[in-house]
Amino acid sequence: MSTARLWRLAAPLALGALVLALWQIVVQVEAIPPYILPDPLLIAETLWTDGPSLLGSLFVTLRITLAALAAAAILGGGIALLFSLSRVLALSLFPYAVILQVTPIVAIAPLIIIWVREPFLALLVCAWIVAFFPVVANTSVGLNSADRNLLALFRLYGASRAQTLRYLKLPTALPYFLVGLRISGGLALIGAVVAEFVAGTGGAETGLAFRILEAGYRLAIPRLFAALFLLSVTGILIYGLLDALSRLLLRHWHESAIEEEEE
Amino acid sequence: MDIRRGEFLSLLGPSGCGKTTLLRIIAGLSEPTSGIRRLSLATERSGQIAAGRIGFVFQDPTLMPWGTVLDNVLLPFRIAGGVGPAERKRVSAEIGAVGLAGFERAYPRQLSGGMRMRVSIARALVTDPELLLLDEPFAALDEITRMALNDDLLRLWDKRRPTVVFVTHSVFESVYLSTRIAVMRSRPGRIVADLPVDLPQPRERTLRTMPSYAAICMTISQHLAAAMSDETSK
Repeated sequence: MSTARLWRLAAPLALGALVLALWQIVVQVEAIPPYILPDPLLIAETLWTDGPSLLGSLFVTLRITLAALAAAAILGGGIALLFSLSRVLALSLFPYAVILQVTPIVAIAPLIIIWVREPFLALLVCAWIVAFFPVVANTSVGLNSADRNLLALFRLYGASRAQTLRYLKLPTALPYFLVGLRISGGLALIGAVVAEFVAGTGGAETGLAFRILEAGYRLAIPRLFAALFLLSVTGILIYGLLDALSRLLLRHWHESAIEEEEE
Repeated sequence: MDIRRGEFLSLLGPSGCGKTTLLRIIAGLSEPTSGIRRLSLATERSGQIAAGRIGFVFQDPTLMPWGTVLDNVLLPFRIAGGVGPAERKRVSAEIGAVGLAGFERAYPRQLSGGMRMRVSIARALVTDPELLLLDEPFAALDEITRMALNDDLLRLWDKRRPTVVFVTHSVFESVYLSTRIAVMRSRPGRIVADLPVDLPQPRERTLRTMPSYAAICMTISQHLAAAMSDETSK
């Protein structure tokens, strides 16, 4: 394990530390005021003092994100499955899935917020619309990627459609689905944040996105950076967890999940 | 053309002559454009051929990468709907018969090309088929592995005597393995020669050095050459 793995950790960390150090020096030497660009130490300090209140907001955003991701996985996978079972359905519905995907969420979020009265649900729908497409698109490709000869073999042994799906198409589609899910993880968070920006909910159920807006209005730039930092860390964590899940599920057979040292 | 029960027939010809297509038609995976395919197996009932009576080995091992050796060989039974102790025993025996005992839990990517092909053969044989179809199964293997697998295939055939149709473009392989060889030509694809291989059974490695073997290889090569020159002259 080794040096390869050590490098994978050390290289980005070293670069990050270098950039932070430079940032600190530039801000201090140039005497840039904190409402334009706070230095990293000040941001860390704000993170410490404002942490508890920001964490509460982070939790709100995280709940929407995870719910949207779960919905993307289940409904996205389900839609792809439906598409693979019925060509007519796939042909007639796929263009609309694309339309839903390419329409900027900021443009339709106000509508959704008007139509769906329950705020949590409204935000969830917005985040889901942003997140579901990669799962559908990838899983669809996966379900159609079964090896031709294996398909012939299944036919030769008289496999039913359900058996072909279960023993051949679903396992073939799994890596594709997981790639889609990893992309969706990041998109769900973005979707949740954008929806919160548009919805602008105040009060008890305030997400991190609204905290960022609020901090911007008040020129509490260190606080804005602290919230941004939390958001990035959350995104990285979600990606990391999905990546780990993917490796766990594919560890025995898929090239993407096989550790170099094993070879 | 008729294929007789229990014979080892090789379809020999240049690429593109329709060997694979013919094999797929025999398997019922493709429909003939003209003519008919009539298949009569000992165990068939009212024209229906039960699943697993035909075994097929492709040019690639065609294994499921997510399944272990055991999962892959178990597949025909899993599709047939019953995986009991009897089937498991049968699968273990078959894995042993192709020389892979101890590799049951291994995944295809951990195996060499030759071993993967052995898994593929075990899967085709596990249902004890009456008809075994092989589509250039050893074309991608190195010479040493290929010879070893030739011998193993002969041994397995000799034990149970299924009818075998073996597609190849190697003259030496076809003579070594078969009891009968059909030479094919392309454009249009058809059988131009149909010859018995009169060599002692069971075949041994020493056969490869015998004059009788060389003589038949010579004859077959001439037929193949004739088929191909006929084609280029047109």
